[in-house]
Amino acid sequence: MTDKPYEDIPGTFVFDADRGREGYHLNQFCISMRLQKNRDAFNADEEAYLDQYPMTPDQREAVLKRDWNRMLELGGNIYYTSKLAANDGINFQELAGIMTGMGREAYRDMMLHGGRPIEGNRYKKEWGED
Amino acid sequence: MAKLVAGVGCSHVPAIGVAMDTHITDQPYWAPMFAGFEKSKQWIKEVNPDVVFLVYNDHCTAFDASCIPTFALGCAAEFQPADEGWGPRPVPVVKNHQKMASHIAQSLILDEFDITIMNEMEVDHGLTVPLSLMYGEVEAWPALVIPLAVNVVQYPAPTGNRCYNLGKAVRRAIESFDEDLKVVIFGTGGMSHQLQYKRAGLINPEWDKAFLDRLTSDPVGLAQMPHVDYLREAGSEGVEMVMWHVMRGALDDEVTEIHRHYHVPASNTAVGHIILENKAA
Ligand SMILES: [Fe+2]
Repeated sequence: MTDKPYEDIPGTFVFDADRGREGYHLNQFCISMRLQKNRDAFNADEEAYLDQYPMTPDQREAVLKRDWNRMLELGGNIYYTSKLAANDGINFQELAGIMTGMGREAYRDMMLHGGRPIEGNRYKKEWGED
Repeated sequence: MAKLVAGVGCSHVPAIGVAMDTHITDQPYWAPMFAGFEKSKQWIKEVNPDVVFLVYNDHCTAFDASCIPTFALGCAAEFQPADEGWGPRPVPVVKNHQKMASHIAQSLILDEFDITIMNEMEVDHGLTVPLSLMYGEVEAWPALVIPLAVNVVQYPAPTGNRCYNLGKAVRRAIESFDEDLKVVIFGTGGMSHQLQYKRAGLINPEWDKAFLDRLTSDPVGLAQMPHVDYLREAGSEGVEMVMWHVMRGALDDEVTEIHRHYHVPASNTAVGHIILENKAA
């Protein structure tokens, strides 16, 4: 089997070839948000615009609900989903505030105080996960 | 003949570009980050390279998921700054030394590095932010730029060792080009940062400092580090630092550290910067 020594890192999705395959249409939709004409079309009618991308019903729902963590679980990658966030007026740091569940102010404050420390954040078992 | 004289390692955080483009670099949040590049701007003005060979990664901007080249060399005449979802950066168009880029492409492939050749390409913050940090606000970039885009978005990125050896091949390619040109190589990205999911915001300054130290003193050993160490210790996006090995590989075994700067935070990221010169330079 494919060796995945990174699966024990907590709170992290490593965007490998399996995730790339699962998330392909979701990510291709997200990157289309890079261009103004596509942003205009999507913002005018989200459902109709999404019909162009054969993503799974779960992926489509995550997009419509802007469930950023769910998009990552379903094969999305942050550099793609950040294009959709930008369309919504959300920058990388605000997006991180949402994904961590900390909220914008608490997250920004953590970064100003040196960021999230490595101690206790290397292994899933340190988070009580397996 | 062309000569490679120095290497620059430099983070390429998009928010740095936004701060420069919206003229807020003197705000307390940003001032200490930019202060560490004052010496660098002076240095590059004095060295005044004709060509910058710039190793960076595209962040799902010019390359969508349909085609993911591990190493892609920019061979177009020029490269426009891309719209990454918030409008293109208002910075000069990036101009190539197209003849030299063609020579490097041919040389690398015969040297058994099977790179992709890009005859059309837009460039994102990964390329333009390091230029802005080193040159400041300019009407036109003072050097021609040959971009090398490295895949670090979809796992696996090329290994550190592969990048280090590619750097050696880039040096051979540059120094077999028959024009008297001064070249500086940039390795960009990093340092520790994670942009995604519940561990976002990870910063590991001890690890970053050790990386900067070993870049000078133990580059061969450092290039052996497995990907999982970057991912775990420096965050999922910290794996960008493999690109610094291309820069280091292109330099002499013995180098002099001219300057170093380290600052937390810029948005979600630890900013790292180093200037290394070949001793013979
Ligand atoms: Fe990057």
